Amino acid sequence: MAKIELNGIRKTFDQTAILKGIDLAIEDGEFIALIGPSGCGKSTLLRIIAGLEPQSSGEVRIDGVQVDGIRPSARNLAMVFQSYALYPHLSVFDNIAVPLRMRRHSALARMPLIGRLHPERGRTERGIREDVERVAAQLELAALLKRKPGQLSGGQRQRVAVGRAIVRQPLGFLFDEPLSNLDAKLRVHMRAELAQLHRQLKATFVYVTHDQAEAMTMSSRIAVMIEGNVVQIGTPAEVYENPRDIRVAEFVGSPKINAMPGVIREDRGLEVLGRQLRLGTAAAAGRCTVCVRPERMEIGPGPGTIAGIVTHLEHLGAEAFIHVKVDRIDLPLLARVSPDQQLPEIGSAIHLGFSDNAVRAFDAAGKRIDVAVPARSERVREKALG
Amino acid sequence: MVAPAFILMFLLLLGPLLGVIALSFTDYQLGSPSFSWIGLSNYQDMFGDRVFWLSLRNTLTYVAIVVPAAVALGLAVALLIESGGSLRTWYRTIYFLPVMATLIAMSIVWEFMLHPQFGLINGLLHGIGLEGFSWLQDRRTALYALCVIGIWQALGFNMVLFLAGLVSIPRQLYDAAEIDGAHSAWARFRLVTWPMLGPTTVFVVVITGIRSFQVFDTVHVLTKGGPSKSSEVLIHTMYIESFEFFRSGYGAALTVVFLAFVLLLTLVKSALANRGVHYA
Repeated sequence: MAKIELNGIRKTFDQTAILKGIDLAIEDGEFIALIGPSGCGKSTLLRIIAGLEPQSSGEVRIDGVQVDGIRPSARNLAMVFQSYALYPHLSVFDNIAVPLRMRRHSALARMPLIGRLHPERGRTERGIREDVERVAAQLELAALLKRKPGQLSGGQRQRVAVGRAIVRQPLGFLFDEPLSNLDAKLRVHMRAELAQLHRQLKATFVYVTHDQAEAMTMSSRIAVMIEGNVVQIGTPAEVYENPRDIRVAEFVGSPKINAMPGVIREDRGLEVLGRQLRLGTAAAAGRCTVCVRPERMEIGPGPGTIAGIVTHLEHLGAEAFIHVKVDRIDLPLLARVSPDQQLPEIGSAIHLGFSDNAVRAFDAAGKRIDVAVPARSERVREKALG
Repeated sequence: MVAPAFILMFLLLLGPLLGVIALSFTDYQLGSPSFSWIGLSNYQDMFGDRVFWLSLRNTLTYVAIVVPAAVALGLAVALLIESGGSLRTWYRTIYFLPVMATLIAMSIVWEFMLHPQFGLINGLLHGIGLEGFSWLQDRRTALYALCVIGIWQALGFNMVLFLAGLVSIPRQLYDAAEIDGAHSAWARFRLVTWPMLGPTTVFVVVITGIRSFQVFDTVHVLTKGGPSKSSEVLIHTMYIESFEFFRSGYGAALTVVFLAFVLLLTLVKSALANRGVHYA
């Protein structure tokens, strides 16, 4: 059980900055997911925490102890790799036993042949057998202990990799995209298993993934990394509902959030696609982007709605998505609708609207700006309409 | 459609092989107009011949020295080059040069280096106060000097094969080994490198074995099997019998023995490849 702290971690490869000063405090027993598009540096950050890669500057603390320059195994963190990294020549039993053998046997007892003569070896080996069998039972691997990794399915290999990680009861676990080599169905299953494992072990989990579904479903907090920076940290709901940066809004959520060009007028009013919204902001005048999640889009004519043409329909069974081409935007806008309602024809005209509280607005630099319905102007507007 | 492959194999491999086996049961002499079948008498002669046993023993000694040394050194050099930094390509080229050079020409260079009076080796030994040897003219050292040349020649090829094997080991296995507590280079070698190189090692051992069985060029250029047959090897005996004494039938019998050894090595390889050795 450990608290992991990162202070000002920077990493540069050949003058390319991969990590640009990461500060992150991971609480004891927390399940934190590091997500971000590929190339954002999340795997590098994980390798720095593990000690497999030295940082260019900054420090890593585990339980308050600075661990820079301490070997990976001495940091007492376990890691599960994307390719599982099982030793292909060893049986499942031996794979899980490796970290115990490396720790509990002296170098002499590990020597080929003469190691068998070591007096302590037999007793240590019995202890290792007990521990491996306990973990194997926990992960339902008991029947597979004699097999080689090559004879296992993807999900079984994954469990062996997890077994090798938990057998030595480390302070924390590092996962590097552990589910991305599995097929979609198994991935959903393993997601539940990993979440359950976390509840059982109550250890610190750091989980790197580019799959936001994994991050949203398993973690207690998400750190969104973009271009070498942690842009936002929060609970999955917070990150989804309240993105602080347009890149976070666009990365989190599938399908992608609808982004529409907008303008903040001199009088602090907000316009999108030339239509005036009822919203106002305290931010400076200029260009902005107005974002609305597909499930918050409403279909049907009304005042202030946006007209467009249906270009594509996606019927997924439990939900359906309508792609709508709108003037002045390259990408179609997406609306998520319930499949029981009548879907429009492709090519037909349609009106899209959204309520005020669905709007997330971002300034020209991509930072979130707060918008609200101004009390006074609303009355003015109502009067004007009346 | 097995016919084309079979015809080619028959023409190029099986036909000549059967020819050699048939020839070994005759008293055919190169250039003579006729021959007669003499059964196993060539083999009888051979097994009764002291030179045959000497050359077989020398060949086996040569293989027993060159194979382990060339494989171990090839692996060591490959590991050193792989762990090294900027000069990798440079070292790789240097060590590979002996493989590309003609062995006959290189043998002559070695002859100069091993020369009792003017050679570089004895010169160096004198420099540190040791007495030199007439390496190739002394029956105690001739075979071992040839072994050293054999190792020098095979090392570069083995190194390249091992380098290719090393490159194909997934890096994540080393990361996993590091996390699992394999601190020393030796522990990582035992846990990851050596097992993962299994298929490469079997291949390298067999190839080096077969090539060492075929040792001929250096023997022919440097010692001609001497002094007093102390460096006589199988292929050299075969050459002398067939092309200097024109006893083609007897030479063919020697060839059959040689082929039996090569076949044995190949069988060992396929047996190992089928079970004990792991292919990732």
